[in-house]
Amino acid sequence: MSMSRRQSKWIPRKPVDASERQLTSAMIASLSAEGMPTVSAPFGHKLVELAKEREDIVGLSADLAKYTDLHVFAEAYPDRFYQMGMAEQVFVSAAAGLAKEGFTPFATTYAVFASRRAYDFIAMAIAEDNLNVKICCALPGLTTGYGPSHQATEDLAIFRGLPNMTIVDPCDALDTEQAVEAIADHRGPVYMRLLRGKVPSVLQEIENYTFELGKAKLLRDGADVLFISSGFMTMRTLEAADKLAKDGIQAGILHTPTIKPLDVDTILEHCRKPGRLVITAENHTVIGGLGEAVASTLLRNSVTPAFRQIALPDEFLDAGALPVLHDQYGISTDAIIRQTKAWLG
Amino acid sequence: MDNDNDQEYDLKNTSSKTRDITMTTNLTHGAQPSLAQRAWNIRHKSLLMGAVQKQGYVGQALGVSDVLAVSYFHAMTFHPEDPEWEGRDRFLLSIGHYAIALYAALLEAGILPEYELETYGTDDSRLPMSGMASYTPGMEITGGSLGHGLGIGVGMALGLKRKRSASFVYNLMSDGELNEGSTWEAAMSAAHHKLDNLICLVDFNNQQADGKSTETLSSEPIDGKFEAFGWYTQRVDGNDIEALVKAFDKARHYDGAKPRAIICDTKMCKGVPFLEAREITHFVRVDEEEWDLALSVLEEGKPS
Repeated sequence: MSMSRRQSKWIPRKPVDASERQLTSAMIASLSAEGMPTVSAPFGHKLVELAKEREDIVGLSADLAKYTDLHVFAEAYPDRFYQMGMAEQVFVSAAAGLAKEGFTPFATTYAVFASRRAYDFIAMAIAEDNLNVKICCALPGLTTGYGPSHQATEDLAIFRGLPNMTIVDPCDALDTEQAVEAIADHRGPVYMRLLRGKVPSVLQEIENYTFELGKAKLLRDGADVLFISSGFMTMRTLEAADKLAKDGIQAGILHTPTIKPLDVDTILEHCRKPGRLVITAENHTVIGGLGEAVASTLLRNSVTPAFRQIALPDEFLDAGALPVLHDQYGISTDAIIRQTKAWLG
Repeated sequence: MDNDNDQEYDLKNTSSKTRDITMTTNLTHGAQPSLAQRAWNIRHKSLLMGAVQKQGYVGQALGVSDVLAVSYFHAMTFHPEDPEWEGRDRFLLSIGHYAIALYAALLEAGILPEYELETYGTDDSRLPMSGMASYTPGMEITGGSLGHGLGIGVGMALGLKRKRSASFVYNLMSDGELNEGSTWEAAMSAAHHKLDNLICLVDFNNQQADGKSTETLSSEPIDGKFEAFGWYTQRVDGNDIEALVKAFDKARHYDGAKPRAIICDTKMCKGVPFLEAREITHFVRVDEEEWDLALSVLEEGKPS
């Protein structure tokens, strides 16, 4: 476990040489590896496309439309966009009210604010009434170097406990576009982790891949390791699997973009194959996210492969440059490879 | 959109529909009971339900009965046989623990059948002790976690405007809910979005769980606050039916692009003098043998 910078604040630091300086990624967090194709604002553009056919779709933001790609929708449909200001409680309550009147609100803010600040209102006004509100949140997990105020490292744990809530953690631009359509068609409340800005696009390389709500998809097979991953961690496990193959380690990847309800059957089917180390990989604290969801599913069904979890530590994380933080906390591609090799022995 | 309502709204239709502000009566046969009789009936039904469980928030129910009578039998448009009729005025009970009072009003309005009164609070009842949307026809929202109704009301009012609907949203909340920051987020939002179809009723009985509202976390001046937040605000004696009728009429007919607030000063336990005289607490204790007494005392004050 890492030593947090906050625990050593009385030790003065010398400035590093300018040539080695890494820029802190604050709100604009780039997740793409070098040379990866990207798509600009896939969420916003897809929502605009859907809204052409679906007059029930409306958008709400809590003073973060520009930073959640909802500005694309707001520009296309100004009269269907509600600026609710920096008031998350009325923001989600009003989304509930619009849903009660038959609309399908897409409500966007940062994941920290929806999960921490608005929770009771999401629970009682939206989830208890099973309303058709789609809460789509940027900066999930560790996708900003801004520190714990903006790092939603426990958002999945918070929402997994909420009845009626469907939870989606898409991998890339393609996943996001298809997920937006799927959650718009789904009746009921959804929490979706949002990748915004220039979003990498990797899943088009996978033959026949499509996002299906509630389904895990095997992206590649491998005899030694099975990664079960969600969100951008699937990009990382794809990269890691390529590199591990060069060292003779065959890794399969089960991409699980729907965290709840979990695709139990598919997970069990692939975890029953003998002789493989199962490694969950998630952009979330070790507590209450994909890893624990998979672990409890396996135990409840008496399927007990060797099991390890790649996840963020149960800590308030450091501020800093995102690539450094991802490496420090074990969710970079290199860190995935290091941990996997160590566990295989 | 749900298309199972008998009235559909065309979202593309941008022509404005004039709001029907004429008083609507919902029961058409026979002589109409007076509002005072309606209020008395609501009190009576609340006490009858309290007697079923030998408990319940009857103090609040007795206090707010006049407000409910004027809401349901003077101001609001609804179809008792179709509680989800698209053209209805929406009534949100933000204070879930006042459910006993709203059930009494829904029974009196014919939205709930009379015989269900005796199921109050029992297993498998549609009338749980705290109001929940999924249980009860006419219960628009799940209240109880306080400070939610006004925000949901903002969204419903926005939605009704999108649909060019003439319906009003009424949100009934308590003075205690003014403690919640979410109430003021919603108050700001309603004024910002010029929600002239939203009417907030504040039951000011000056009582919350730990004591008097003015001593727990005072919201005074409440009317001044709503005004400063951009609301057309009135403050009335919430047990004076004539004053309530005037205030509701002014709120509904007011010509400004503002949400409307009516602060209703009410007396807990109104109509049952020996309970009115008791030291008032949030959950007024009524001893087992006192339920019949309370009903007979109420009977004495029955309006002719």
